[in-house]
Amino acid sequence: MVHTHTYDVIVVGGGGAGLMAALYASKRARTAVISKLYPTRSHTGTAQGGIGAALGNLEEDHWEWHAFDTVKGSDYLGDQDAIEFMCREAIQAVYDLEHMGLPFSRTPQGRIDQRFFGGHTNNMTGKPVRRSCYAADRTGHMILQTLYQQCIKNGIRFFDEFQVMDLLLQNGAVAGVVAVELATGDLHVFHSKAVVFATGGHGRMWEVTSNAYAYTGDGVAVTLRRGIPAEDMEFFQFHPTGIYKLGILITEAVRGEGGVLINGQGERFMERYAPRIKDLASRDVVSRAIYLEIKEGRGVNGKNYLYLDVRPETVNYYAEKDGRTRPDGSPYRVTAEEILAKIPDITDFCRTYLGVDPVKDLIPIQPTAHYAMGGIPTNKYAEVVIDSRNTVLPGLYAAGECACVSVHGANRLGTNSLVDLVVFGKYAGIKAAEYANGVDFQPLPEDPTDFTRQQIEALRHGDGREKASQIGRELRHLMFDKVGVFRTEEGLQEAVEKIKELRERFRHVRVSDSGRAFNTELLNTWELGNLLDLALVTAVSALERKESRGAHAREDYPKRDDENWLKHTLAWLDGDRVHLDYKPVVITQYTPKERVY
Amino acid sequence: MEVRVRVFRFNPEIDRRPRYDVFTVEAEPMDRVLDLLEYIRGDIDGTLSFRRSCGHGICGSDAMRINGRNMLACKALVKNFETNEITVEPLLGLRVLKDLIVDMEPFFEHYRSVLPYLINDEPLPEDGRERLQSPAERERFDDTTKCILCAACTTSCPSFWADGHYVGPAAIVNAHRFIFDSRDRAAAQRLEILNQQMGVWRCRTAFNCTEACPREIKVTQAIAEVKRAIQTGRLD
Ligand SMILES: Cc1cc2nc3c(=O)[nH]c(=O)nc-3n(C[C@H](O)[C@H](O)[C@H](O)COP(=O)(O)OP(=O)(O)OC[C@H]3O[C@@H](n4cnc5c(N)ncnc54)[C@H](O)[C@@H]3O)c2cc1C
Ligand code: SF4
Ligand code: FES
Repeated sequence: MVHTHTYDVIVVGGGGAGLMAALYASKRARTAVISKLYPTRSHTGTAQGGIGAALGNLEEDHWEWHAFDTVKGSDYLGDQDAIEFMCREAIQAVYDLEHMGLPFSRTPQGRIDQRFFGGHTNNMTGKPVRRSCYAADRTGHMILQTLYQQCIKNGIRFFDEFQVMDLLLQNGAVAGVVAVELATGDLHVFHSKAVVFATGGHGRMWEVTSNAYAYTGDGVAVTLRRGIPAEDMEFFQFHPTGIYKLGILITEAVRGEGGVLINGQGERFMERYAPRIKDLASRDVVSRAIYLEIKEGRGVNGKNYLYLDVRPETVNYYAEKDGRTRPDGSPYRVTAEEILAKIPDITDFCRTYLGVDPVKDLIPIQPTAHYAMGGIPTNKYAEVVIDSRNTVLPGLYAAGECACVSVHGANRLGTNSLVDLVVFGKYAGIKAAEYANGVDFQPLPEDPTDFTRQQIEALRHGDGREKASQIGRELRHLMFDKVGVFRTEEGLQEAVEKIKELRERFRHVRVSDSGRAFNTELLNTWELGNLLDLALVTAVSALERKESRGAHAREDYPKRDDENWLKHTLAWLDGDRVHLDYKPVVITQYTPKERVY
Repeated sequence: MEVRVRVFRFNPEIDRRPRYDVFTVEAEPMDRVLDLLEYIRGDIDGTLSFRRSCGHGICGSDAMRINGRNMLACKALVKNFETNEITVEPLLGLRVLKDLIVDMEPFFEHYRSVLPYLINDEPLPEDGRERLQSPAERERFDDTTKCILCAACTTSCPSFWADGHYVGPAAIVNAHRFIFDSRDRAAAQRLEILNQQMGVWRCRTAFNCTEACPREIKVTQAIAEVKRAIQTGRLD
């Protein structure tokens, strides 16, 4: 059965970006949110460390410093107009969140507390600056809850547990989306003037990942299938500190509070790689350092992991060595209780999944797939742009992790994703409503669910020779091995070929569940198809980029090459082929320099 | 080690009554029950349905009954069970939609009924910055900000089983989060709602909720504080 709904603005995704968009769009236009998860299950809820904004509550800080750190963190691939916009807007966005009720941790004066985070510095001294606004180690949880609470207060319309499978375009503009209702298996057509994609990331294509099962890149896959390119997909961030084997994230805030990385020989090796800010260098830098330590045999017991050490005696030892002080100038010294109070959830993860106590034991860690810098190309107003001339696709918007503005460039700084989603989520909502109020509905195509049905039929009628679970395992292993922290021409070639094979084998998969209600097998299999498409685009984009920049580290091209590669990748997927084009990076006032921490 | 996983199965489209399927799987002691379910669904029986997302106890998707107790499948480790037999069933007190998936709507309806959002119409600080709140004021409601709306508490409560109209512990926890927030101005309204017949007085202090809560929220204590606030009219 097919149901049809009509709204001015449809927001796809109920995470931080989607809820923010919905709150702002609904002020001026009839808006609904479609989400495959209950909104409070979205991945924004797992964000731990904080949201960056130059409030200057504890020490001098300026949004311009935040902008420079972001540009530098991005390895100069971020678009500087968008970065300046975001860092300036971040301050108001954080106050807005507080006014909505977000329970930030507080300073003794009752202001929003701020902590150190990787790559955020005082631009005069080069030393770390307290810029990350936080609520213990569950900042994302508080943001998601607060935004959802506001949506309830404002009576936002939700379609929970509806999965969007297609985007409808007519006359070169948006006409709506098609979704499956999980509970019934029914198809729903949402006829709308504007659509905002806020579907999150795609880190489930790697074996060790901090990402939720739901992180399968649906938004990027749906738009790719409708001829919209994906930008900078070769840039995917590996976070240095995932729990060994499980990948569960241990926030950078642990290092912000004084924790240090220790190799198998008991050495604080980051001193060698980033003499100035050491353990708080950018994530790509730290992840590579960990890999190199392991490669040179300095892993723990020769294995592929190292330790994160946040025991008070260690923290105090290195704080004294580094001459670290508190805001009032007194030496920085901590007790076990103080550490535990700042990272209660991390403590719980360590106890639950490792059986270790972070203030008494060492935490085994390894880099974990974490964040998609690439995604659906947009400009700073969250409008989707579809070619190298930045042509806007009328009515289509994207925000949050699925979008590529690009403010993160080749490497995202910690705390900047939460900034991204509140700032660009807000503008996506405002702009989508503005647009919807100025145009008429596009007519629906004759058979709006046609392509959705085709996708579903294909999954139901494979010959069953292949198993989705096996293809998924092979994909994750391959991606971690060949399209991970370090890459080579050979490895990427091999990855491209193998992904093509896996995509071919995927056509033989058959979904065994023929039921309609909560057919999670059908939807999970469709999601695997999304990951396969995105993996191909990622590997091809990475193969072509013959330089090292941010998270894209080529062993065969170890240097950044601004002459040839200071540009964004745009990738179109056409069957088995990926077409590439490039567009220039927007530079306002920060000329590219070598990046040292 | 080998683990026998007994899973509650029910598909209203075809089954007249529920049944239990038994799957024997190879497991590591550190495996999560969620890993076992994922393996079963991926490699043995694709028709098994359950919710999950984050995999580490933060999103609240996979609360279910495991060996008779409410837990998150992603926080239940194989080694923590004394036996090699693990029985997995849907939460009690909510209608089963398929296998381990229950209808969460009544649960969310109760949540929405307590005005779970900050209410304060006073003007914002003139400088446009944050409202002030001392660390002690912030600490006052810290415990109840941790709730992930997983429903483990409400569906372990005998009062809720007896009458699904009872708002239940989770809604009270979320009311508590605002009642004791120094920035909020609608405590009286919420206390009035919770003073009604289906409010806090249905709680018989069975403590099941506190034991069930995967976020270690002191649920019974939060309920007691709300009861006291209703009785004394004071918020300290
Ligand atoms: C463990 C962890 C810790 C982190 N810590 C930090 C931090 O401290 N600071 C920071 O800045 N960033 C952090 N990040 C990154 C940040 O949390 C995420 O990038 C960000 O929350 C993404 O938000 P979003 O709104 O884009 O997506 P999400 O919050 O993931 O929301 C995606 C939404 O899209 C919906 N959806 C997806 N596909 C479909 C579909 N096909 N149909 C319908 N709906 C769909 C989902 O239901 C969901 O509601 C962290 C990430 C992780 C994993
Ligand atoms: S109080 Fe605890 S058990 Fe109840 S819904 Fe919240 S997190 Fe779950
Ligand atoms: S899967 Fe998120 S809480 Fe278990």
